[in-house]
Amino acid sequence: MDKMPKWADVVLIPLISLCLALIVSGFVVLAIGEDPIRAISIMVNGALSSTNKIGYTLYYATNYMFTGLAVAVAFHARMFNIGGEGQAAISGVGVAVVLLAFDWPHWTIALPFAILGGGLFGAIWAAIPAYLQARRDSHIVITTIMFNYIAAAMMGFLLNGILKNPNSQVAESVNFPAGAHLPTIHEMLAPLGIGFSKSAPANVSFLLALFCAWLVWFLLWRTRLGYAIRAFGHSPHAASYAGISAFKITMIAMIISGALAGMLSINVVMGEQERLIQFFVEGAGFVGIAVALMGRNHPIGIILAALLFGMLAQGGFELQFEYPEISKEMVLVIQGTIILFTGALDYMVRKPVEKIFARLREGQS
Amino acid sequence: MDFAHAFLQIIIAMDMTIRLSVVLLFACLAGLYSERAGIFDIGLEGKLLISAFFSASFSYETGNVWLGLLAGVGASMVFALIHGIASITYRGNQLIAGVALNFLASGLTIVIGLAWFKEGGQSPALPQSSRFHELTLPFADTLRDIPLFGPLYADVISGQKPLVYIAFLLIPFTWWLLFRTRFGLRLRAVGENPASVDTAGVSVIRYRYAAVMIAGVLCGLGGAYLATSQASAFGREMSSGRGFIALAALIFAKWRPWYALMSCLLFGFLEAVSNLYPNIDVFGIFEIPVQFTQALPYILTVVILAGFVGKAVAPRAGGEPYVKER
Amino acid sequence: MANENLQERQETVAPAIELVGISKAFGPVQANKDISLSVARGSIHGIVGENGAGKSTLMSILYGFYKADAGEVFIGGVKTRIPDSSAAIAAGIGMVHQHFKLVENFTVLENVILGMEDGGLLKPSLAKARKLLKELSDEYELSVDPDALVENLSVGHQQRVEILKALYRQADILILDEPTGVLTPAEADHLFRILVGLRDQGKTIILITHKLREIMEVTDTVSVMRRGEMTATVKTKDTSPEQLAELMVGRKVLLQIDKKPATPGAPILEIENLQVVDDKGVERVKGVSLEVRAGEILGIAGVSGNGQTELLEVLGGYQKATGIIRVNGEEIDLTGKYSDGQSRRHRGIAHVPEDRQSEGLIMDFMAWENAIFGYHNEPAYNKNALMMDNLAIRAETEAKMERFDVRPPNPKLEAKNFSGGNQQKIVLAREIERNPDLLLVGQPTRGVDIGAIEFIHQQIVELRDQGKAILLVSVELEEILSLSDRIIVMFDGHIMGERDPANTDEKELGMLMAGMETDGGAA
Repeated sequence: MDKMPKWADVVLIPLISLCLALIVSGFVVLAIGEDPIRAISIMVNGALSSTNKIGYTLYYATNYMFTGLAVAVAFHARMFNIGGEGQAAISGVGVAVVLLAFDWPHWTIALPFAILGGGLFGAIWAAIPAYLQARRDSHIVITTIMFNYIAAAMMGFLLNGILKNPNSQVAESVNFPAGAHLPTIHEMLAPLGIGFSKSAPANVSFLLALFCAWLVWFLLWRTRLGYAIRAFGHSPHAASYAGISAFKITMIAMIISGALAGMLSINVVMGEQERLIQFFVEGAGFVGIAVALMGRNHPIGIILAALLFGMLAQGGFELQFEYPEISKEMVLVIQGTIILFTGALDYMVRKPVEKIFARLREGQS
Repeated sequence: MDFAHAFLQIIIAMDMTIRLSVVLLFACLAGLYSERAGIFDIGLEGKLLISAFFSASFSYETGNVWLGLLAGVGASMVFALIHGIASITYRGNQLIAGVALNFLASGLTIVIGLAWFKEGGQSPALPQSSRFHELTLPFADTLRDIPLFGPLYADVISGQKPLVYIAFLLIPFTWWLLFRTRFGLRLRAVGENPASVDTAGVSVIRYRYAAVMIAGVLCGLGGAYLATSQASAFGREMSSGRGFIALAALIFAKWRPWYALMSCLLFGFLEAVSNLYPNIDVFGIFEIPVQFTQALPYILTVVILAGFVGKAVAPRAGGEPYVKER
Repeated sequence: MANENLQERQETVAPAIELVGISKAFGPVQANKDISLSVARGSIHGIVGENGAGKSTLMSILYGFYKADAGEVFIGGVKTRIPDSSAAIAAGIGMVHQHFKLVENFTVLENVILGMEDGGLLKPSLAKARKLLKELSDEYELSVDPDALVENLSVGHQQRVEILKALYRQADILILDEPTGVLTPAEADHLFRILVGLRDQGKTIILITHKLREIMEVTDTVSVMRRGEMTATVKTKDTSPEQLAELMVGRKVLLQIDKKPATPGAPILEIENLQVVDDKGVERVKGVSLEVRAGEILGIAGVSGNGQTELLEVLGGYQKATGIIRVNGEEIDLTGKYSDGQSRRHRGIAHVPEDRQSEGLIMDFMAWENAIFGYHNEPAYNKNALMMDNLAIRAETEAKMERFDVRPPNPKLEAKNFSGGNQQKIVLAREIERNPDLLLVGQPTRGVDIGAIEFIHQQIVELRDQGKAILLVSVELEEILSLSDRIIVMFDGHIMGERDPANTDEKELGMLMAGMETDGGAA
């Protein structure tokens, strides 16, 4: 029998872990002599109190959905893709190359090609470690870490070389053609008569992220490829009994994972910056790990966790602004403790809850 | 370019290589102890960073660099303990625990630093007494005039900071400890086949904790070197990926101490080259961009991992929590 | 002084090991029932029994892996508590596990001293071990290169390292668990010479095995275990393989199966000279040839670990092999692109694997997902090139669960939440309803309750009556005897013989399973 009901596993455990993480983070705030209650209320307000702030929250959440989904798909095939950071960075090159190649007349035409370009580049950057894992038995965690750094060097090389805007002092590309501009939420809602902040960066990519979440769900639970991925992830040995190829699953899962991470540059490079800059991923690849862990590798969980982490990110900026004694890097502490409790210390959180349910069941029977 | 000038360049590059290799050496050895005992450690970066912060802060506050060192090592050991509790006691995922530590270090150093010094997450510049200083080895000045050897001795071997000598001495010590003592034998066995140790009546958990805590101490020394020797203050994210280069160096070294020395020197040299000669012109035909030199350690590591040149085989029980067989 | 005398006297008189009333249960399964045993100093004592008879549990209790529920252990006449393996080592017990506990990239010497080093430095211990190894190799043919890495040694030599480890720990009592399972006959003979030498020096040796030849050859006394009980302890010279086989397998209660005589048709499966070498380089299947015809059940009997598992894996497509296999007269690929489970299923081979929990099912998948496992690419289960037809699969699963009486008949329940019998029915329903030409069945009723056993057996016989070929592998003799139309016994990677179930009995099969020739001849 299950040790606890499904809802407890899916909802209760993540919530307990989240609370533990917030409590520990609260102690950090106390330790530096500040007020955790005030800090959290500023963060919540800072994330939600105006359409501008919501716009930022959604913008960050969009990134985290992409990277969270990327980590989750790999997890389902029993791989830890820690290379979302590099895959996203390289995908930016793909997006930039596509968008700079033509004078795009309209975003609806540019977007599919940008998705293809970004997805392809991200996928390639994930496929090499996948191949090395499947054929050469190289530990994928280590190779994807290495590929993050190789990607960073590659970005530096390209943005100081062939992709560099000759008229700029910093390492960045020229601006994309105006026709490649993605509509922001403001622009999307205005025709409907709904007011939304003009300056908020959230754009149509948010819908793309939701679509990707649906797509991942569809892939994993509705297609036979997803079936094979999950079967392999649960039990590689049983998968070999069923004739599911380990090589194929490893490659495909990582390619999908890399392409998903690559969608981040649709949001950031195409949607917000409208040019390629050097450090646009800003750790979102790593936050994806926390999002996937918190969201239990399910698209719905990932959407919720990404929104939470989006709030944290935006709230962190406001925190720094409104409460200058606390740095915005407080967000990293919260993220770190969430990863610790939901990921590494899962057993510690789970065991007592299982015991409580066992006792409840005994009481019933 | 005359000979004397070229020689001077070489001396400068060698000196810089050594200075830059030290952090890698400490972190690489930390990883070596941990991974030899079967605990993958991608939290080296975080431990370096937290130690850099606490060593700089305590040095600054107390005016005593040794107290700073102690604080840095202590902080790094607390991180190591968290890693151990998560991945040994609670059998959690070692890699995820490492990722969490890296996040925590990035966040805590700046949050606490801002509250402490109000300088945007940096520490103030360390005064003289709060830094390590160069040690001049005997006869450095008298031997300087001997051609070739003299400058090498005076400017490369002598005149380094105390932690540099400690780092280099740790290599033979580690080799001796791992391959010549009971402790080392058991530690290595725990990382290769813990059941062999368990059936011999020795506690696997104790040796794994010991290895993880040693990694904590060594990362602590590395972080302290970073903030109080290589630089003279704590700066945001000042470990800047060295924990990961060290991990690369460890794989490149195939988890062996003497090879670790070589790979850390090589990777330190590559960093020195990229600092000294950003773009290298090869006979005027083409230019090696600085980014290539920077990425070379990672590329080399991938090549080694893939087994194209001498396969690196990780300790066999690495990454797996030990559950007693029944 | 008086005390010392007493001790001395005890040591000369008392048996090396005495177990009194040992019991151990795992949940509802009684692995050891009130076992008492006494082994004299300086003797080789064999323990024989079928799979699951409780031999390994008993030895694990002696080596401190398990705590007995009841009973006492006396070592050299002294009551001894053995809570863990270090206590066992301290009591002078050494164990050579079936799966060696060696560090592969350590040298022999390093492995020998691990855990028993004198002081913090290795040098003195290494020197001491080197000296001891030299002595032992002269004395007992226990020669191993002390500086070789274990991973470069043959399996036989690795086993010697395990023995040396125990001797270095000054073990007086040596337990060997199925030591010849991985050895060549020559290596096994060598091992026995070593054991005899050790015995002659006063060591006590317990040999756990299912091979009667070994028992007859080297032991002084022998105990037989069956279903957790010790059924007899006799002097080896006073017994015979026939008697031991009978004690081992007991009187089997034949399960009543309504079974018409078989009407075999054309050969469906033909195997010629099949050989399998596993990834450790051990030869598991050593030239097996057999044939299964349409409409018959060929039962393969044997103690587990004698090559049956590998045989099934090869046929199932997830183990490489050399030799020739023909299905319906067509040769199948044994090493290349088409040696995978999907290709085998296309050939009309269905497979109920031996281990349903790690092979046949994904325990975290729901019943309906498991009901198509391996057949998920079939057009019937897919709406189009991309999507699976989940509703159709669920409906079909529900109907299947009804037909196979799976309880609870809920296709949305995860596999881990079904009982063993119902899990097996899910696998069986999946494989039988494919209407295969050839059905491979491994341990169909392991861990399955009585009610389900009967049902499962009926299904298998029914499939046979539809003219399908069935290859049944089981360690349960009664199952083999009641289901099979022909019986093959596998031992040590090859076929010991073929028997007609009507003209044989468990005693004869028990002999064959234990590697003893009988004069039964082929049916």
